[in-house]
Amino acid sequence: MLFSVGSLALMGLALGSLLGAAARYLAVAENPIEAELQAMLPGSQCGQCGYVGCAQAAVALAKGEAPVTLCPPGGKATVEALAAKLGVKVDLSTVSDDGPRIAFVSEEICVGCCRCSKVCPTDAIIGAAKQIHNVIREACTGCSGCIDVCPTEALKMNPIPVTLQHWTWPSPSSAHN
Amino acid sequence: MGLISQFFKTPSWGVHPEDHKRPAADAALRVLPTPKQVFLPLQQHVGGAARPIVIVGQRVLKGQLIAEAQGNISAPIHASVSGTISLIGDVTAPHPSGLPLRAIRIDADGEDKWIDLEPAADPFSLKPEEITRMAAKAGVVGLGGATFPSAVKFALGKRLKVTSLIVNGGECEPYLSSDDRIMRDFPEQVIDGARLIMHAIGAIEALVGIEDNKPEAIAAMREAAKSFPEVKIRPVPSRYPMGSDKQLIQTLTGKEVPSDARAAEVGVLVHNVSTCASVHKAVRLGQPLVERIVTVNGGAVAKPGNIFLPLGTMINEILDFTGLVETPARLILGGPMMGTPLAHNRIPIVKGASGILAFNAAEALIPEAGPCIRCGNCTKACPMGLLPLEMAARIRAHDFEGAESYALSDCIACGCCAYVCPSHIPLVQYFSHAKGEMYAAERTKLRTEAAKRLAEAKIARIERENREKQEAAAKRKAEREAAKAAAAQVSETSAETTQGVTL
Repeated sequence: MLFSVGSLALMGLALGSLLGAAARYLAVAENPIEAELQAMLPGSQCGQCGYVGCAQAAVALAKGEAPVTLCPPGGKATVEALAAKLGVKVDLSTVSDDGPRIAFVSEEICVGCCRCSKVCPTDAIIGAAKQIHNVIREACTGCSGCIDVCPTEALKMNPIPVTLQHWTWPSPSSAHN
Repeated sequence: MGLISQFFKTPSWGVHPEDHKRPAADAALRVLPTPKQVFLPLQQHVGGAARPIVIVGQRVLKGQLIAEAQGNISAPIHASVSGTISLIGDVTAPHPSGLPLRAIRIDADGEDKWIDLEPAADPFSLKPEEITRMAAKAGVVGLGGATFPSAVKFALGKRLKVTSLIVNGGECEPYLSSDDRIMRDFPEQVIDGARLIMHAIGAIEALVGIEDNKPEAIAAMREAAKSFPEVKIRPVPSRYPMGSDKQLIQTLTGKEVPSDARAAEVGVLVHNVSTCASVHKAVRLGQPLVERIVTVNGGAVAKPGNIFLPLGTMINEILDFTGLVETPARLILGGPMMGTPLAHNRIPIVKGASGILAFNAAEALIPEAGPCIRCGNCTKACPMGLLPLEMAARIRAHDFEGAESYALSDCIACGCCAYVCPSHIPLVQYFSHAKGEMYAAERTKLRTEAAKRLAEAKIARIERENREKQEAAAKRKAEREAAKAAAAQVSETSAETTQGVTL
């Protein structure tokens, strides 16, 4: 009895000090999780989270200063991925995911000033000087960076229209409750 | 002997709902008088939507190409009546969402004049690729309900060296009898189409699986296949979902299609009997797929039966033709187990529409769902060997990953589990919901990745442009200085020369 308790205690002590030493001597200076978190973010540097770009947002996330729900263009999928990575529990039903929104150009107001296409982080706006501009739906991340620069308010954010390809069956449980 | 007994052994999976096929199946095939208008959706198949090549006001003949296939997996659309294109606009999709779908409207002139057709005189002397090309040109898609472009499947079968063609005459869905009718009335078309498909894919035999609740169809098909020993008629037990390809393959050949694999990978290809008949028409007559047989059945229908009609006919016109004894409590496109509930009757018939069910109140009754009592009936009924109760419990808690760990993606949405559930839990809707949500999450992920690539490309481009500008400016500066230096030298030398001349 004493022998087994003693040997286990000894092993615990030895392994514990080994782990402690490893933590001290093999420590990585930079937090590797930051790079992983940054990879999960959209990378469009839109600034909607309040940080300068996605890298800064990732640093804040790693420190626990920012909530995992910080990224509006990322949607529920990004929240889930971040929560899983950081090991935090998040109630997804509270995430206001009123569907992703993307920019639309009102063609009758657009004067073709090219300001919006310059600020678009993903080159989702096409057009040339004095030509009507338009948004490539598939490429727009919904960062709304173009809205403020438009001199004629021709740009606005609209929800992506639900099409047959996007529609999914509602959950039956939502009908019950 | 062992093989034969295997055929007649009732499978352990599936359910046996009351089939309600008769008297509709026994009523003679009726032909719908040409409707005044048809609405032909541009997407009646799996894959890319077709692109219209007609303009409003243009006159078209029956069978004329009005929208061409776009992309590798797509199918063209042809005019199903002769007349004038009157609109290219939206129509309610034959889809549970009831969302709009782009369609071409043709005002029929009532003449039903066919365009000049190019039939193949001796198709068996043609190259297999030629049959595939003709099927693609005719817009033939899987008429069993999957609506996958048939030509793509032929090419796949040829590439994977499929040896057996399985002709699906299962038609296991209750109420439906359009395949039964085509086998009874046009067995030679089905057999010929099956032989053409065998030629196209290089198969050596065709196994025609027909549920044994259709003895007339079995007899007619046996008669038509008498002179072709390579086409074997194989009655199979009546068991839902026998008409699902994986179950039919297993019953007929004993082979199980692995999860995440296609039927062609176990050396077989499945085609529906109606698809075979359309391949026959496409090759022998040069006719594109513009007409089909549709079962109209259900308690609210006055004269249920099978109707031969042009694609794009509005459902209300068909119901006017068959008559209604009462206002339908529910309309379903397809069978009661897997069909699409319809919001209203102003929806056109598409290529994959095998039936319209107009249910009366008693048939349409959906009992209220109760809690799961873990009886396990659903696991016994599941033809894919899944655990519906476990998956549904996880989906209810939004744990889609957990549901996927129970092989949710192998679910064929046949509805057996919901059918046997004593608590009437809408299990299939849970699974459809989860599949949709997972697909949406996957799409968002792809979108995020694409956005990241685009953002990086933009940053790289701006850096490159700045660098190029600087380089160009440096170059210009260097050139200017070189020119200045040269000019100075020239003026010096010219001064010297002038001096020389003067001297």
